[in-house]
Amino acid sequence: MLHEFLAERAEGDLVPWPVQAEAMRHFRLSCGEAEGGILEAGFLPTRYRRNRRMISVAQQLTLFRSQVAVVGCGGLGGYVLEELARLGVGRLVAIDPDTFEEHNLNRQLLASQATLGRNKSAAAAERIAQVNPAVTVRAIQAPFTREVATELLEGVDVVADGLDRIDTRLELAAACGVLGIPLVHGAIAGWFGYVTTVFPGEDTLQRLYSRRPTTKGIEADLGNPSFTPAVVASLEVAEIVKIRLGIGTLLRGRVLCVNLLDMDMECVALAEATTST
Amino acid sequence: MRITVRLFLSFRAGRFHTETIECPAGITVAGVASDLALLDDTIGLVLVNDRQADVQHELTDGDRLALFPVVGGG
Repeated sequence: MLHEFLAERAEGDLVPWPVQAEAMRHFRLSCGEAEGGILEAGFLPTRYRRNRRMISVAQQLTLFRSQVAVVGCGGLGGYVLEELARLGVGRLVAIDPDTFEEHNLNRQLLASQATLGRNKSAAAAERIAQVNPAVTVRAIQAPFTREVATELLEGVDVVADGLDRIDTRLELAAACGVLGIPLVHGAIAGWFGYVTTVFPGEDTLQRLYSRRPTTKGIEADLGNPSFTPAVVASLEVAEIVKIRLGIGTLLRGRVLCVNLLDMDMECVALAEATTST
Repeated sequence: MRITVRLFLSFRAGRFHTETIECPAGITVAGVASDLALLDDTIGLVLVNDRQADVQHELTDGDRLALFPVVGGG
């Protein structure tokens, strides 16, 4: 039995990688199956040792059992995927129709000299296999559209916004509302960005973009440096973890305004609309 | 009349963070934005006294106006 196997070889309740690999061979398990078995038995893969002061073994199992879709694998999505994989979120859906181009190299984590010309979601799957082979990745080399939303987001617990178009974001928000899936939104431009969390039934994104349901915002003028997507993506990941674990205070009904030029971050509450005029 | 304007993110560049300004009675949000040389198609969220408003909203004395740029990058 796996439990006895682990108990004989664990270091306390930590299971080092060689033991996980041995369990995979011995019990003919995939890496993900072994990971699930370890966590269900109350042990912790050693790779997560530095998580455990803030994420318990039971919580680590919850993350392992979670499925998160990352829509867009570019500036935001690359960091979101990397961080979710390192955290141990067990199933990821990486959605992006595009290939890496030279101008992605300044900020997109998955972009490298080696991946230029590669599809972004496929590159994500390869990267995650290297970083955390216990994570299962479904790489979708296609754009997110309303028509394929149900199929793409089947079984997904949380959606992470990594898009770079406003119109597609609104489609994504609508689909998540219909499908009953929480959405963590992030958007960046230059030194700046926004983060908010939208639960089904909430219209935060529609309100944020109510004036400009087109494609681009100020990022067309300001561009995107390496650090802004990393910051906003990390904020999105923190929200995703909190949603799955039911802890902390979420950005529901409020927008975190990130200003790296002035170094201020401010949450702005979205109350009901004014009724005048 | 006097209103307090808070500008967010890129809107502060060359302008201010928060300022109380004099403006004509009944001016709209769009009018204030125009006076501040904020391009209409960069304006996203508008809050008047912490409630969402549109740019045609007519301001009254003592109102607090917050203007946020549209950000769509990823």
